[in-house]
Amino acid sequence: MLPSQMDLTGALQESGISRRKILKFCSAMVATLALPDRYLAQVTAAVSKPKKPTLVWLQFQDCTGCSESMLRSSSPDVADVVLDILSWEYHEVVMAASGKQADAALERVVKEEKGKYLVIVEGSIPTAEGGIYCTIGGRTALDIATEVCKNAAATIAVGACAWDGGLVRSTPNPTGAVGVGEAVPGIKLINMPGCPHNPVNTAAVLVHYLTFGDLPAVDQYNRPLFAYGRVIHDQCERRAHFDAGRFVTEWGDDGHRKGWCLYKMGCKGPQATFNCPTAMWNDHTSWPIRAGHGCIACASPRFWDTKSPFYDRLPSVPGFGVEVTAGQIGLGLVGATIAGVTAHGLINIGLRPRTRPSEEAVEAKPAPKKEN
Amino acid sequence: MARIVVDPIARIEGHLRIEAQLEGNGIKDAWSSGTMFRGIEMILKDRDPREAWIWAQRICGVCTMVHALASVRAVEDALQIEVPENAQVVRNIIAGSQLLQDHVVHFYHLHALDWVDVVSALRADPGKTASLAQSISNYEKSSPTYFKGIQDRVKALVDSKQLSLFTQAYWGHPAYILPPEVNLMAVAHYLEALEWQKDFIRIHAVLGGKNPHPQTFLVGGMSTALDPNEPFAVVNNENINILRRLVAGAKKFIEQVYIPDVVAIAPFYKEWFKYGEGLGNFLCYGDYTNGSMKDPSKFLFPRGVVFNRDLSTVHPFDPAQVTEFVNHSWYEYKDGDDKGKHPWEGQTHPKYTGPKPPYEFLDVDKKYTWLKAPRYRGKPMEVGPLARMVVGYAAGQPDIKAAVDGLLKALNAPPAVLFSTLGRIAARALETQVMAKHVVDWVELLANNMNRGKVSIFNAAKWDPSSWGASSRGFGFHEAPRGALGHWVDIEGRSIKNYQAVVPTTWNGGPRDTQGQRGAYEAALINTPVAKADQPLEIMRTIHSFDPCIACAVHVVDAKGRPYTKLNIG
Repeated sequence: MLPSQMDLTGALQESGISRRKILKFCSAMVATLALPDRYLAQVTAAVSKPKKPTLVWLQFQDCTGCSESMLRSSSPDVADVVLDILSWEYHEVVMAASGKQADAALERVVKEEKGKYLVIVEGSIPTAEGGIYCTIGGRTALDIATEVCKNAAATIAVGACAWDGGLVRSTPNPTGAVGVGEAVPGIKLINMPGCPHNPVNTAAVLVHYLTFGDLPAVDQYNRPLFAYGRVIHDQCERRAHFDAGRFVTEWGDDGHRKGWCLYKMGCKGPQATFNCPTAMWNDHTSWPIRAGHGCIACASPRFWDTKSPFYDRLPSVPGFGVEVTAGQIGLGLVGATIAGVTAHGLINIGLRPRTRPSEEAVEAKPAPKKEN
Repeated sequence: MARIVVDPIARIEGHLRIEAQLEGNGIKDAWSSGTMFRGIEMILKDRDPREAWIWAQRICGVCTMVHALASVRAVEDALQIEVPENAQVVRNIIAGSQLLQDHVVHFYHLHALDWVDVVSALRADPGKTASLAQSISNYEKSSPTYFKGIQDRVKALVDSKQLSLFTQAYWGHPAYILPPEVNLMAVAHYLEALEWQKDFIRIHAVLGGKNPHPQTFLVGGMSTALDPNEPFAVVNNENINILRRLVAGAKKFIEQVYIPDVVAIAPFYKEWFKYGEGLGNFLCYGDYTNGSMKDPSKFLFPRGVVFNRDLSTVHPFDPAQVTEFVNHSWYEYKDGDDKGKHPWEGQTHPKYTGPKPPYEFLDVDKKYTWLKAPRYRGKPMEVGPLARMVVGYAAGQPDIKAAVDGLLKALNAPPAVLFSTLGRIAARALETQVMAKHVVDWVELLANNMNRGKVSIFNAAKWDPSSWGASSRGFGFHEAPRGALGHWVDIEGRSIKNYQAVVPTTWNGGPRDTQGQRGAYEAALINTPVAKADQPLEIMRTIHSFDPCIACAVHVVDAKGRPYTKLNIG
């Protein structure tokens, strides 16, 4: 049930955020989740409740990059989350309390909010030698994760490490590191891989949970489809160059300055699923391919072992030249052909996507070569 | 004598545990323990050295990019690659911005709550707070209405009984002595800084694609292609204007908010110029030049070593004199733990011998941490902002000398006050001020180069591994926000044979060595007063003054990794 307009305004005033600001945030979330606009009121009401839902954030074998990524979020502003939307009661990197007082804060949540709180996990969990490779307050990460995640309403694993062990698990996996799903089986879990996770997506999952009381639709890896359902190559702003056979062949060359395709420099975009090209990073400022470096497929399974060497060209990406059907490689991954066909179609019918180079560049380029 | 344990130490990167022995109301002895281990250097073995930076960068996401930079420099040193000036300048902008953002975040979000009582801000008079703020700065957000708004937000939070990140803290502790008005001003700026830092770090997204973990480093240069006339070049005039706006905003925030806040808060806590003194030995590898990394004479932060607080002599730094001990660390050397090893010879075999979890106390007479104990000429050293300011001051670097002299004059105090907990905070603020000016200059230099047609960003001579010799090794270094960072790489054929990182927090947070010499944290805690043993706020003050980063500090090498296999390239 939606609260009346009066209640909503009152709740918003109480929470201290202006209505304009919260509507802006909720609109962004509705868009990220690809929800129809009619859900806006429901989303807005869900994030404006006077009694705030409790969140705890656990850090294990991590680099704190996923925490930092969240602190760089503008959707929503971190200050708003901390003060107004959620009661964020445990997070080592930013919480005021330390030591016994920090332990007490976590213990209170697990006991008094049992089954109601959300937990975010960052970093892998070491299982070798009884878990001694990560201890907090004298307890192992495994011990803490088991207790806190099993008593939570849902667990959100952020970053590659919390998902499948990430870098820490890569060969030779010195500490027996695994992700949360493997360390604590049977919990309600959603995975938000990436190195780091993109905070826009994680905020959208939180908002989805607050609004509908459940996690969004996921794929076979428990990753939300709205963020991990499409291949980067198919959404890439440089895709037109790939189709036309215009490639960077040496760092800093003419094609590199013109923003051509990075496939020959080792870009893993054709094997990567993530919404970087649309969500982008740091307030929609940029993303790695726009900054001139290939994608490393950081949201793909066991990517450190399976996608390195990062500068070697993918051996068999089909489709050079405009006559070849786009999106074939993506088909093999998730069957997401729509974006590829769209980018491809735009070029065929003569529209200019924003990545298209100048006419001179197109003319100056010799006919695309067939490779492989 | 009572044993105090603080674990976890919050508001740092990583997992740090402090055990301290109390005598009366002061600390008699202390032990610093890193309680997490990943083994990233083990994982790096046998991989392509050109991509080592992508892996090494993940050593830390707070000091993101610093390990990427040290790593590409190590490989460039091994392969004898000089990068073009533009690449050096872009790296300076990225690293300098990291320092600015990191130090502001440290002051407000990681350290301020040790000095600022959030709950006390509720008792402040917003009008008086506004007068105070206006008296120390021209920052525009300083009206009584503004401070009243902040106060109302904090009041709503406290009244809701859901204190969020401020729950269970030491509010009301007798060691908090700021007037309510100063507390309110600091809380307001805590929130402003939270907003500012995420806006400013977009500079890394422009030049690196994202932050944390920007993705534009290359062995031989940067992937940020320059062209004034290309709309899709990473550095063009449009993006230069974005960089200009961001660095100008940063300089303003630092000059109008951060520095005035440090100057306003410090006099209340002058006592802390007496505590947290520590080792008195300071090490700075030096960094920041537009020229070659092989010419330390051009570094903005001078290279050198100061022993025993003696500012009259800056000793030259010799990389061969770095060693690491493991006699109190959970590793073993196959030929015995009684000697230190240079990173080139670094052999490390993790071997946990601590108590079985869950445990109450560590056995500090034996091995008690995952950090090793680095030494320079056999001596424990402090690294970081204070070390840079001490070495720079002693070396007479003009920017640093002017900044330090200005501070000492304002305090009417001798340089000796720098050797303290508060001295570390002051040194961090001073170098932020110095760096802000240089980052602005580097953006202009980049713009000038580009518009004069000087667009080279990458040296391709050694990109192809077939151009490399049979074997080589290199030392890459960077003065990261937390201090002297070194990566040592050993390349054989086209893959990494050995990789070692000796990082700032290993220097500062490491344990005792074979001679029983304490690490910098341990030494700095001696004689620190503790008013309430169950709320050891004072321990947090001194430990946080170093800005610990434990993920960085723990490392290991050795064991078998996956061989670098060349995929089938068309």
